[in-house]
Amino acid sequence: MELALKGGGFLLADVTPEQVFTPEELNEDHLQLKRMTANFVEKEIGPHIEALEEQQEGLARKFMAQAGELGLLGLEIPEEMGGLSMDKYATVVVGEEVPRGASFAVSFAAHTGIGTLPIVYFGTPEQKEKYLPGLASGEKIAAYCLTEPGSGSDALGAKTTAVLNEEGTHYILNGTKQFITNAGFADVFLVYAKVDGKLTNFIVERDMPGVSFGPEEKKMGIKGSSTREVILEDVAVPVENIVGELGRGHVVAFNILNVGRFKLAAAAIGSAQIALETALKYASERKQFGVTLDTFGAIRAKFAEIATQCYMAESVVYRTAGLMDEVCKDLDLTGDCRKEAGKALEEYAIECSLNKVLASEVLDFAVDEGVQIHGGYGFISEYPIERMYRDSRINRLFEGTNEINRLLVPGTLLKRAMNGELPLLQAAQNVSKDLMSVGLPSDNEGLEALLDMVGKAKKLCLMAAGIAAQNLGMELKDNQYVLMGMAEMVLQVYAMESAVLRAMKVQDMDVTDDHKLFVEKAATLGCYTAMNILEQHAKEVICAAAEGDSLSTVLAGMRKLTRRPNVDMIGLRKDVADLVVEKGKYPIR
Amino acid sequence: MNIVVCIKQTFDTEAKIALDSQGKIDSQGVNLIINPYDEFAIEEGIRLKEQLGGEVTVVSLGGERAQEAIRTALAMGADKGILVSDPSLEEVDEWVAAEVLAKAVEGISYDLLLAGRIAIDDGSAQVAVRLAEKLGVPSVSSVLKIEADGEKITAVREIDGGTETLEIPLPAMVTAQKGLNEPRYPSVAGIMKAKRKPLNVVSLADLGLNAGDLSPKMVVDSTALPEARKGGRKLEGEPDQVAKELVQLLRDEAKVI
Repeated sequence: MELALKGGGFLLADVTPEQVFTPEELNEDHLQLKRMTANFVEKEIGPHIEALEEQQEGLARKFMAQAGELGLLGLEIPEEMGGLSMDKYATVVVGEEVPRGASFAVSFAAHTGIGTLPIVYFGTPEQKEKYLPGLASGEKIAAYCLTEPGSGSDALGAKTTAVLNEEGTHYILNGTKQFITNAGFADVFLVYAKVDGKLTNFIVERDMPGVSFGPEEKKMGIKGSSTREVILEDVAVPVENIVGELGRGHVVAFNILNVGRFKLAAAAIGSAQIALETALKYASERKQFGVTLDTFGAIRAKFAEIATQCYMAESVVYRTAGLMDEVCKDLDLTGDCRKEAGKALEEYAIECSLNKVLASEVLDFAVDEGVQIHGGYGFISEYPIERMYRDSRINRLFEGTNEINRLLVPGTLLKRAMNGELPLLQAAQNVSKDLMSVGLPSDNEGLEALLDMVGKAKKLCLMAAGIAAQNLGMELKDNQYVLMGMAEMVLQVYAMESAVLRAMKVQDMDVTDDHKLFVEKAATLGCYTAMNILEQHAKEVICAAAEGDSLSTVLAGMRKLTRRPNVDMIGLRKDVADLVVEKGKYPIR
Repeated sequence: MNIVVCIKQTFDTEAKIALDSQGKIDSQGVNLIINPYDEFAIEEGIRLKEQLGGEVTVVSLGGERAQEAIRTALAMGADKGILVSDPSLEEVDEWVAAEVLAKAVEGISYDLLLAGRIAIDDGSAQVAVRLAEKLGVPSVSSVLKIEADGEKITAVREIDGGTETLEIPLPAMVTAQKGLNEPRYPSVAGIMKAKRKPLNVVSLADLGLNAGDLSPKMVVDSTALPEARKGGRKLEGEPDQVAKELVQLLRDEAKVI
């Protein structure tokens, strides 16, 4: 695989617009699917959100069945097993629209993602035959059970055990799984338990003797989703219910989380657009000082920032969808593809974590500003933005906290560098050598100039990481203060690059002039904001890792890499706001 | 029973209407949908087909983008689509639309024609009826219920203060009123299948028509957005005096009495 397209490779190589997928390239089927999902969720689930929030008996299950009937639960399940064998883009467009049904999106994601996918990717052909048709139709609902009261981020510290019985036919499971989404009504539980101290994944069915549940958790948000403990007391699970390999449950758990994080990001960018629409609508109706709120610069600037952040995250998600689709499309999901699936899903672990972190934080920003735009009314439960604010918060916590996901980024990069999979250290050394030539001003303008800035940002990132690796040595992998800074830099690079490459690609497409204008302005505004963040973290990492003369030399190099033309950020914000307010929604939706 | 459903692609009900530099309604970047009343017609056509067999053909007149609307109908379960698309058809009135659709429909074997009661964009409710007239088949408008047996249909339609049940020999045209049915959502499988279903895009020449013979009988001179609502005015003073003033204003200024 070409370096630019390898997991984490974007940091080391130039990526071209042709190498990134953009939402503008979705085909007519994807768009139909997106419209259908939005229509279905808005009309069938939308009117019942309040009842759903109160967990009205049977309601979530009913919506799941309806979604199943339409085929929405089987997108990633092979056709031969009752699914539709759709690509990853279909997953994203549906994921974006389902949040119009509030908490239903959480039940939906847990079922179609981390609940069903372990069987799709790591199941045996027999398990697939047995479970997938029901999971595709919604007749059966799935749940993923990894977290325990004593182990959240430290997933491998799970205490649930599985011991083979004397006959060798069943494993006897004991333990408690915590915060299990869909536990209240799921039929199939993908439970992780330790066999001789090694994590193994089992399919546990609801009606197996010894399975019981805790009461519904009282939560801050996503109240319409079921969250309970799953308690396992001497549950006898047939040996053929092991998913993946015995003692290698971590391969299933972590790789499924990669897809889960990517899917979470899709839902988050959809949710952020909904929050933006909601705030725009309010601001177009609410008057103060005799005029509507959307006429005030203070409010319009917020809309510009939300829309810009939505654009950055959306560009990242679709780019990643392109990568994920490429690596998954040749898997033979009807057969036993455990080995290949593990490899495929691991490839973009870094990108999946970046997706999750970026999109969940963009969503939190959008709902927070959404409440702010509503003023005091945003604090009143009658207004949907209040629920969105509460519902958003979980996204930074589940499927790996954003801290764990951030740490995974430099962690995985360093590991791949050590294994010789990514020439990271060599690239870092090259940057130091090239510093003499990089500061030269270029004649490029517009998006080309922006891409130059991304190139320099990558170099800065590598330089800072190189200094940290060189000066902190083995200590680096345990220095989370520094690692978090490194993660932030990589995050900003990925977001900037995705945004610019998409904007460049779109300029040659058959889209409206406003569309072209928006992507260009949003990419510029977004990249400059990202560059400011990146610069700050680079400086922090460098100052923590170097001192004395060496520090001065490196900081001088950094100045070269951060030199960038001045832009009128306020002017950009005004331009973006004009487009957003005029359209009354995310302007390129 | 073979059924033809005439549909129109319209602006999304939530679309913001803006005028372009020529003072015409700007459709750039606007989300388009199937006219909701036409959706009832599509659903009814598919239901009747499921009941009695036959084929459902969806016919529309519009620009390139109208293909999306036909694809959606195909994804819902219609079998074929025909789109009449021609640069000279950019501005048509109901008469032109009916003339063109009649030509397009003539080539199809049909027992029943269905359409929406009204288009939500321009509020036109003429095309289906004109089309029936042109084809020489009876038509019933604003129908709430249809029962068919292949020879004739029984239709229940809205009338002032009640309903009316009619028996109509086939072929016939029926227009759908809200309440006729709940249109289904196209399923994912339906969407995938739709792209393999035939969708013919035909020009006026293909239909043997000549743009010169089709100049609209009605021409839109200008389009204007409704004036922004002005704030109210409060009259203050003694009741007698205020009442007089109010009457005066209603007559001289508002000109409503």
